[in-house]
Amino acid sequence: MMVYLEFEKPVAALEARIIELQDAARESDVDVSAEIGKLRAKADKQLKDTYANLTAWQKTQVARHPERPHFKHFIASIFEDFMPLAGDRAFGDDQAIIGGLARLNGRRVMVIGHEKGDDTQSRLRHNFGMGKPEGYRKAIRLMELADRFGIPVVSLVDTSGAFPGIQAEERGQAEAIARSTEKCLALGVPMIACIVGEGGSGGAVALAAADRVLMFEYAVYSVISPEGCASILWRTGDKAADAAQAMKMTADDLKALRIIDRIVKEPMGGAHRDHALAAASLAKAIDEEIAALSAFSSKELLQQRRAKFLAMGA
Amino acid sequence: MNWVTRVRNAIPFIAKRETAETLWHKCKGCQAMIFLKEFEENQSVCPKCDHHGRIGPAERFAALFDDDSYDVLKPPVVGEDPLKFKDTKRYIDRIKAARLATGEQDAMMSARGEINGQPVVVSVQDFAFMGGSMGMAVGEAFIDAVKAAIRAKCPYIIFTAAGGARMQEGILSLMQMPRSTVAIQMLHDAGLPYIVVLTDPTTGGVTASYAMLGDVQIAEPGALIGFAGQRVIEQTIREKLPEGFQRAEYLLEHGMIDMVTHRHELRGVLSQLVGYLAPEKKAA
Repeated sequence: MMVYLEFEKPVAALEARIIELQDAARESDVDVSAEIGKLRAKADKQLKDTYANLTAWQKTQVARHPERPHFKHFIASIFEDFMPLAGDRAFGDDQAIIGGLARLNGRRVMVIGHEKGDDTQSRLRHNFGMGKPEGYRKAIRLMELADRFGIPVVSLVDTSGAFPGIQAEERGQAEAIARSTEKCLALGVPMIACIVGEGGSGGAVALAAADRVLMFEYAVYSVISPEGCASILWRTGDKAADAAQAMKMTADDLKALRIIDRIVKEPMGGAHRDHALAAASLAKAIDEEIAALSAFSSKELLQQRRAKFLAMGA
Repeated sequence: MNWVTRVRNAIPFIAKRETAETLWHKCKGCQAMIFLKEFEENQSVCPKCDHHGRIGPAERFAALFDDDSYDVLKPPVVGEDPLKFKDTKRYIDRIKAARLATGEQDAMMSARGEINGQPVVVSVQDFAFMGGSMGMAVGEAFIDAVKAAIRAKCPYIIFTAAGGARMQEGILSLMQMPRSTVAIQMLHDAGLPYIVVLTDPTTGGVTASYAMLGDVQIAEPGALIGFAGQRVIEQTIREKLPEGFQRAEYLLEHGMIDMVTHRHELRGVLSQLVGYLAPEKKAA
């Protein structure tokens, strides 16, 4: 059973009607294929129109959709021979940030990303994708490893933010994030960051200070969640939709501000409707970007990456 | 000086009054009433309980540089209100109000001077200006100060104080995290020391970037330093926070900083540190 978002209700009604007709047709000899075809066309048009005019707040909900593909799905569908690597060698292994060696179209890559989980049990295990210091320190370790062996780094960013907890603070959450960002900016190998769902604040930027920042069409990337922004500036969480609009956090906004480099198209109605198609378009984009970057020396990559961030918002 | 006094003094047509408010300071630590003059002469440290009050760039520079002599760097020119942001108020109006209240251009001010004859560039973040928040102006001021230190081949010292990133600049404020990090890497490449003094409060995106990347990390006593805000943590874990959580002494205990230094000792400690880390002049 598909999960529909509030603004998808008209589509949900049409698709429910299609399923009803299909069920009815199975029990009788009446041919309803023409009727179903008409409804399907109507539902598709409704979906297309809805998604052509999403607000920033609606896109935030798509980015957080419970059925949206995550790190695990992308690993399974676009990377081959994934070999997970664990631990920060100092404290533990964070399941909110995972990574390892893999191949993309035969090319070696180090893939690192947030995993939110997709049912209660796995969400708890992955801490809803909220990284802890040991997660960011594992990312640093994997980036160092990739750098030493000339392996490009691919990050898949999908987090509401780094975990706000007592132990995370005790172990230096802020320092771990700062060092992870610093490591991104010190790599002599190409780095491609992909905002695949939510890019939440410092917990996202720590894995996204890359040569090329890609973003899914309905992903969001911001300094604070719309709810957080609304509760501080409007003094009520009810204004989240206004905050989302004001912060300019959609892929289109961020491309216009030249914060991201490329928007990756999603299947009609969002990545959650077709994981395989979403993954394929992401794979193609990553592959093209790595190929383009492999023309540069380590020194050139480093200089260009630093110059790009220095010029941002200046 | 509290902000009310500052606003009052900044408005030429209101006569400065001597009231209880301008004569006395109530310590936020021990609630004692102290003569404002005495408090300010003590670098805004309570003479009774040693509570360190928040101070701005002018007070820092005066306490730090030799003979109270220094050159303030020109504040950077940046695009204002890039997102045309409006919540219950327009962002541009909030900036104007902060400028009027503080007499400063934005939340970070830098100066070049000497500590015991040793050249340094110093930046001070001002919590009084929109909570010290890091936006484009702060990021640019940081980068300008780093460049000034590189030109002068001298150490860079920063006094941090901020609630975090300036939300009204959206993603552009977030991008100041990697931007300032690149600037620190420029200092590394030039072989120059970067010294961080964490003051009350330093949280959010500022802590998660340049405030935690110092070659040496110093904090003032009792300063609140952390990534997440205390209310956010309490709401997430639904527990009371332990006594002294996220305070300077707590960070020292957990290995996150090198030392906690009393404001009165800071000039001496920084002088010694600069002596150790600044590029040594080659014997002629």
